[in-house]
Amino acid sequence: MIVIEHIKKGFADKTVIADVSATFETGKCNLIIGASGSGKTVLMKCLVGLLEPDAGNIIYDGTNFTQLDADHKKIMRRKIGMLFQGSALFDSMTVESNVMFPLDMFTNQTKAEKQKRVDEVLDRVNLGEAHKKFPAELSGGMKKRVGIARAIVLNPQFLFCDEPNSGLDPQTSLVIDKLIKEITTEFNITTVVNTHDMNSVMEIGDKIIYMYQGNKEWEGSNAEIIFSKNERLNNFIFASEFLKDAKDMRMLEVKGKIQNDRDMDKLLNS
Amino acid sequence: MNIFSRLGEFLLMIKGMFTKPEHWRMYWKELMHQCVELGIGSLGIVSIISVFIGAVSTLQTAYQFVSPIIPRSVIAQIVRDSVILEFAPTITCIVLAGVVGSKISSELGNMRVSEQIDALEIMGINTKAYLILPKIIAALITIPLLVIIAMTLGIWGGRMIGDLTGILPHEIYDRGLWDSFVPYNVTFSLTKAYTFAFIITAIPAYFGYNVRGGALEIGRASTTAVVTSCIMILLADYILAAILL
Repeated sequence: MIVIEHIKKGFADKTVIADVSATFETGKCNLIIGASGSGKTVLMKCLVGLLEPDAGNIIYDGTNFTQLDADHKKIMRRKIGMLFQGSALFDSMTVESNVMFPLDMFTNQTKAEKQKRVDEVLDRVNLGEAHKKFPAELSGGMKKRVGIARAIVLNPQFLFCDEPNSGLDPQTSLVIDKLIKEITTEFNITTVVNTHDMNSVMEIGDKIIYMYQGNKEWEGSNAEIIFSKNERLNNFIFASEFLKDAKDMRMLEVKGKIQNDRDMDKLLNS
Repeated sequence: MNIFSRLGEFLLMIKGMFTKPEHWRMYWKELMHQCVELGIGSLGIVSIISVFIGAVSTLQTAYQFVSPIIPRSVIAQIVRDSVILEFAPTITCIVLAGVVGSKISSELGNMRVSEQIDALEIMGINTKAYLILPKIIAALITIPLLVIIAMTLGIWGGRMIGDLTGILPHEIYDRGLWDSFVPYNVTFSLTKAYTFAFIITAIPAYFGYNVRGGALEIGRASTTAVVTSCIMILLADYILAAILL
């Protein structure tokens, strides 16, 4: 579990995160959503230690990350896996070498043991055939899957995904979402996903935090988001007419006004 | 950002490189990789430049010595000292500042922009130690060796052109090479090589590592790194000459 308390962060005289507190639960997909410039990427960078918050605490399973010295932070980071927006794969290395890199750096396993682990995680992300390919030879979705494989190869307790669906088609996005969800449940890890993909919100959002201008505007689950009366959240999530209609339909369905196709026809004709 | 902030940031970067490696074998592997990249990768250009510098020095020195009272072996002495003292270390390192400097700067800049450095940081790796230190050590190992090769090839280039053009037969050239030879000149030249090796790796590494933005900024950082390295080489060249000669 990750607890953040009164996180503040600014650059020069601009406040990016005003005061955010939240809890990210273990075994769940915790989503941070918000418009561009709402502070979600900065919040995630603070969480993983790439940026130092100006104030507040970040507590990983009872350990206050913000108060650790550099050496202890380095040790703590080995429990963290991260999938970057652009995948951040090492260009000069093959898929296999990319995934093996954390094992080479942090374990004293034999070559055979490392190879076995790499095979396992690449099979887990359905990339059993891509061992010898270079990142430049992969599609966007495959790169993301290699990124996930590299992030989980050391069995992390915390997984961070920065915009995992950016640049992917809807179908591939769903595959990535499903994979993140499965890994979270299977390994019982705390997953934090930074996204503004509405499919992700609805598919994997066990817990959702909506950021607005550096503040936490709303908190809930994907089941609750449909009934939210928060205007800013509704304007963000259900931005298009199509999505607004979809929300109305879903609400009517939940309220029992639409029970079968005949009811739907009646409603549409009225 | 003013010059003092940059200097402070540069010194902090250097300080940040000295931590215990996460895995010695991986650092060794990276060091060997960099030795091949920087050393073997630059051997071709260094060889070509050195041979031509030696050849041109011989031709131009011979062209200026028309007096019959000056022995022709003096040409070889002048070529030897010019090559050892200045051409081999300074010209070679200025060329390497362009070749190696832009490579280091753009490589690190690209890693920064594509979040590869962040990915390494997240893993708990000291990126300054893993990405920059092996490059500097590799340069400190290979660049003095390249300078020695440049000296040898420069002097040989002069000898070859003297023979080919008939300006200076190799028997006279060889005699001139050993006349009033000062071994300290080689020591001085290698001192310069070590200093320049540090400059042409540390400065581009600083500019590349601290790139913010995109492709345009990577290009700008490379240019700034090469220009700054060249200026620093010339400045260091003067200071070392003033102190050590």
